Amino acid sequence: MLNSPGESLKERESFEKIQSYFKKSKEKKTSGFLNKILGNNNLGDIIFERLTLLFAVLVFSLVIFMGWEMYSHSVLSIKQFGLNFLVNSTWDPAITQVFGALPMIFGTIVSSLIGLIIAVPLGLSVAVFLSELAPAWLEKPLSFLTELLAGIPSVIYGLWGIFVLVPWLRDVVEPFLQNEFPNSPFFQGAPYGYGMLAAGLILSIMVLPIISSISRDILKSVPDAQREAAYALGATRWEVTKIVLSNARSGLLGAIMLGFGRAIGETMAVTMVIGNRAGISASLFDPSYTMASVLANEFTEATTDLYLNALIELALVLFIITILINMLAHLLVWSTERKWK
Amino acid sequence: MKINEQIDISAIVEENIQPQMASKISVKDLSAFFGKTKVLKNISIELPEKKVVAIIGPSGCGKSTFLRSINRMHEVVGGTITGNIFLDGEDIMKLDPVYLRRKIGMVFQKPNPFPTMSIFNNVVAGLKLNGFRNRKALKEIVEKSLKAAALWDEVKDNLNDSGANISGGQQQRLCIARTIAVNPDVILMDEPASALDPISTAKIEELIFELKKDFTIIIVTHNMQQAARVSDYTAFFYMGELVEYSDTKKMFTAPDKKQTEDYITGRFG
Ligand SMILES: Nc1ncnc2c1ncn2[C@@H]1O[C@H](COP(=O)(O)OP(=O)(O)OP(=O)(O)O)[C@@H](O)[C@H]1O
Ligand SMILES: [Mg+2]
Repeated sequence: MLNSPGESLKERESFEKIQSYFKKSKEKKTSGFLNKILGNNNLGDIIFERLTLLFAVLVFSLVIFMGWEMYSHSVLSIKQFGLNFLVNSTWDPAITQVFGALPMIFGTIVSSLIGLIIAVPLGLSVAVFLSELAPAWLEKPLSFLTELLAGIPSVIYGLWGIFVLVPWLRDVVEPFLQNEFPNSPFFQGAPYGYGMLAAGLILSIMVLPIISSISRDILKSVPDAQREAAYALGATRWEVTKIVLSNARSGLLGAIMLGFGRAIGETMAVTMVIGNRAGISASLFDPSYTMASVLANEFTEATTDLYLNALIELALVLFIITILINMLAHLLVWSTERKWK
Repeated sequence: MKINEQIDISAIVEENIQPQMASKISVKDLSAFFGKTKVLKNISIELPEKKVVAIIGPSGCGKSTFLRSINRMHEVVGGTITGNIFLDGEDIMKLDPVYLRRKIGMVFQKPNPFPTMSIFNNVVAGLKLNGFRNRKALKEIVEKSLKAAALWDEVKDNLNDSGANISGGQQQRLCIARTIAVNPDVILMDEPASALDPISTAKIEELIFELKKDFTIIIVTHNMQQAARVSDYTAFFYMGELVEYSDTKKMFTAPDKKQTEDYITGRFG
């Protein structure tokens, strides 16, 4: 009449029997597996394994190959400018043929950072809300909506930037900021709308879904046992959330860096609103230039070999920065999620 | 379960426990639900102060749910209860859950120290939540709690190591120290040794014996020998009902109910 297993002695014994049976059958399997490799009697498995390995190696060598290609096509510029390429702020293809990438590196990093400064608090809040606070029926549709943002083509963001964001910045936001903070170095110059601020804002919208959805996954991977431990100690909901956040911190950092990597490489939308003029300025109203937009704008116009080489070297720099950031970010995300398995 | 048996149980409770000692927690007509499913059915039980009460019963009979109801941890997993639970005569549903959980600590089946905190900070995590910051006092509490949890000698030189880099048995004692540190009246333990090896289990059992000098302990266990070894009273749950509750010795030598006897002797099924 009763069929639930009480852990009686009898059951313990039969349980142990079953366990030892499974152990044995596992051992058999392993030795069988060894046989297969040695005796080579399961060709399908081996072909499949080799094939996937081949593809993995192929993808990896593609990356190496691309790096090598870029390097070999930028030798002229590398020889001519050396490390100066990275610290010189003159980009003059027309007359002197001097190429320094500093303004573009500056523009890329600063616009991405502005994007992050806005997107990180928002994205993390969305993630915390989705994983810790939202009731189940709200979580799914909201997650879906934030992820939808990630699927919108970048040129659409750019158009929205030109038709909505830039006029709004020019007519409302920038005059307002200038009035409120007349002495701030960040709000100097004529408010055109196009410029660093517009680029940063567009980027923040574009990286928000990345940061929020990855962070949400990270927070969800923190086991409930951690939350229960905190609740049982008399933690409030916010204190429980803090403990969850501290458990997830390296993964969250990874999520932020993935957003950063995305912002750095973003081309179209930024090119459409940043103003495309090389220069280093503290004012967010001034136009700027990013590495990706230089490439998009000038590649077809590169008339001399040196110019072309300099552009490819710029691509190489962008390539290396993005790869490093993404590698580090994935490592952080992966190590956090793995910790709980 | 028939109604007349219910009456029998309360008769046992009256005879065996209530006359002899003050009850720390008194549960009256407690039912628990997940959605519409009733997983605890009209439980009434008196839990005496500074004693160990073991809860036994087959898997899924509601032991954990019962334990969680006592410090309102059932709310965290989406359960609801009806009936009343009194802690020192106060209705727990009228208390702030944060306060209640400081009075009634909990140790879980799987050790769950905070991996991002040092051993030291794990022990005082509950106090720090409380806004307690006095470094010297914290140090004293850490030493006292770790000693009480029989862990001090093993970790006293590594208090700054991560709480996750010690053995499973040590982690569980760390969790016990963490619970003790907030100085609760009651400690709830949900199969605290079932994830541990025999030596660690023995240590936890010894520890429970020591702890009952200061705390009221309610422990869920699947291990009959463990229940017999560590507890003063034993309650047998079956399918959400309290079948029998009596002195542990009596329970394991001369249980009143056939069901209890069948379960204890392993003749279930
Ligand atoms: N969070 C939950 N949501 C829905 N149902 C639950 C939840 N937790 C437990 N239950 C159900 O409540 C019943 C009692 O579960 P409970 O965990 O209290 O049993 P238990 O006696 O502790 O079992 P075990 O010995 O396996 O730990 C079970 O039928 C279980 O499926
Ligand atoms: Mg349980």
